[in-house]
Amino acid sequence: MTLSEKYGTEIAEILSRYPVKRSALIPLLYLAQREGGYITEAAMIEIAGILKLTPPQVYETATFYTMLNLKPVGTFHIQVCKSLMCALVGSDTVIGWIKAKLGIGPGETTADGLFTLTAVECLAACGTGPMMQINDDYYERLTEEKVDRILADLKSTGSCALKTGPFMWPEPARNG
Amino acid sequence: MSAIEHMPTYEPVLLKNMSQPGYTGSLPDYEKTGGYRALRNILGKVAPADVTQLVIKSGLRGRGGAGFPTGVKWGFLPKDYQGPRYLCCNADESEPGTFKDRQLIERDPHQILEGIVLACYAIGAESAYIYIRGEFVLGAKILEQAIGDARAAGYIGKNILGTGVHADVWVHRGAGAYICGEETALLESLEGKRGLPRVKPPFPATHGLYNKPTVVNNVETLANLPHIINRGPEWFAAIGSPPKSTGTRIFCVSGHVKRPGNYEVPMGITFRELIYEHAGGMRGDKAIKAFIPGGASAPFLTPDHLDVKMDFESVAAAGSMLGSGGVTVMEEGTSMVWAALRLMEFFYHESCGKCSPCREGSSWLVQTMRRIVAKRGRAQDLETLSDLCKNIAGRTVCAFGDAEVSPIMSTLKHWRHEYLALIHEAEAAHLLRPEPAAKRH
Ligand SMILES: Cc1cc2nc3c(=O)[nH]c(=O)nc-3n(C[C@H](O)[C@H](O)[C@H](O)COP(=O)(O)O)c2cc1C
Ligand code: SF4
Ligand code: FES
Repeated sequence: MTLSEKYGTEIAEILSRYPVKRSALIPLLYLAQREGGYITEAAMIEIAGILKLTPPQVYETATFYTMLNLKPVGTFHIQVCKSLMCALVGSDTVIGWIKAKLGIGPGETTADGLFTLTAVECLAACGTGPMMQINDDYYERLTEEKVDRILADLKSTGSCALKTGPFMWPEPARNG
Repeated sequence: MSAIEHMPTYEPVLLKNMSQPGYTGSLPDYEKTGGYRALRNILGKVAPADVTQLVIKSGLRGRGGAGFPTGVKWGFLPKDYQGPRYLCCNADESEPGTFKDRQLIERDPHQILEGIVLACYAIGAESAYIYIRGEFVLGAKILEQAIGDARAAGYIGKNILGTGVHADVWVHRGAGAYICGEETALLESLEGKRGLPRVKPPFPATHGLYNKPTVVNNVETLANLPHIINRGPEWFAAIGSPPKSTGTRIFCVSGHVKRPGNYEVPMGITFRELIYEHAGGMRGDKAIKAFIPGGASAPFLTPDHLDVKMDFESVAAAGSMLGSGGVTVMEEGTSMVWAALRLMEFFYHESCGKCSPCREGSSWLVQTMRRIVAKRGRAQDLETLSDLCKNIAGRTVCAFGDAEVSPIMSTLKHWRHEYLALIHEAEAAHLLRPEPAAKRH
């Protein structure tokens, strides 16, 4: 199915937000990777048609942004922040745990296609590091125990209650 | 008495609602605290130019990094221009060490939206885009929901509260690129292009989004507006370190402290107070070795600077900058060369590649730093580092160039001996290893 067939009304709504069509490019690329986790060439060509761009113009933008995947990634994309503030509180150790538990290093995917590990730059959660993002969710103040549970929960149920947010830290006092 | 009892407390402004037990940030919750009152009192009642004057009078300066006076920036928009104008709310929050906008967005979205509509009214914009970093999936959802609620209640959209004023607001998600926090890269990205900063001038005030007059303001800057309107510019101007640094700041404390997190305090308290009182002091009561006062782009400072006041001018006089408000604290024992390398790796990864001093220079800097940290450095490396830094700073399209040399330049200045120690170790090891020097890279 093409994107237009699948997401027709959503595409129309996205286009209505901007006076210039090209602004809808990143939103449409997100749409294209919503299901499969990555953007196919066919989708880029279709988007070029919708926005009256050339396919190279779409490709040019798509290749600039780290969150737009042009290759398949695992069902769960684990992104551990390795920037300085997280490194000060142990992010390298977290990467080590995941390596040991899943047998993959940064840039690798498990053989069953379930987990991809990436070491990424700051995700704006520096006061609650070490932290990682898995797909849409943040997990903060990580300990080895938490990492174990997150990986196990994701594997068995596809989600984990340890995800964080709406974010406030320090947490507000509970009773006035 | 414990340290906590001694701790000075200040009235929070931006974090006030969310500090109340049970506050969810929903529209009814926000309205109960007096939310959207500023909008009711301003739209159609006070002339847009007078709103700008109020903001100038308050002394509010941008919270995104550069600290430019907000009302003055609004005043740069051409007065007689008839076509569309735009407001962009910068919610890219990508400066390492900074995590305040995320909290403002996820916990009190209407405070930002009210600020956005007020700013739209002042500058005559009928469309606003919130450019939010792609990773903030939850934040984008919360904002979308809040916009929907505000639209239904008549605070956003066409003919707001029956005043004939239009202001629509949309969320636009970025997709993972630090540089898109730079205002002209943000505009390029919002236009569906690669996020490459534009050569300035012209400035966004005249040639911004779609080449139209545009204002870009940070989330925290905009969130201050309802309070300035409700309580008056004099009230705001009396907080902090007047006349140049007025109001509160949300400082984001990270690193080796007992209680990292966001603390809203008046500008002008000392780093010592922030680190030792609010953030609880050093983890394990170790000695402090260094701190970064304003995000990854700000030069490192030493314990000698703990009594510097946290306002724009005092931090600049100390040789650094207040920047984005991210304060990162490092304990005794942390290698400063390693820390500078970590940040250099960040900048190397994030350079957009548009101009050669930054694109090529960041690659050379990161290679040289890696070599030194891996104890394969050589005596000339320090000179190489200084030369590279001097040839990048001030010679690039955007301020990223000045930012990326800060960690190395400042650690070379204050902790040169640590670089030398690593190089001496490398040289000594090399003497034992009969390998031609040319091969060491
Ligand atoms: C490399 C670079 C990154 C930036 N990142 C951000 C950011 O993430 N958020 C932000 O508000 N401003 C950022 N800025 C500052 C913006 O260019 C701009 O000055 C700011 O959004 C203006 O808003 P303000 O006047 O309210 O501070 C960045 C600047 C540079 C040079
Ligand atoms: S200084 Fe760096 S980030 Fe800025 S435009 Fe040049 S290459 Fe891009
Ligand atoms: S340094 Fe890891 S989230 Fe900012």
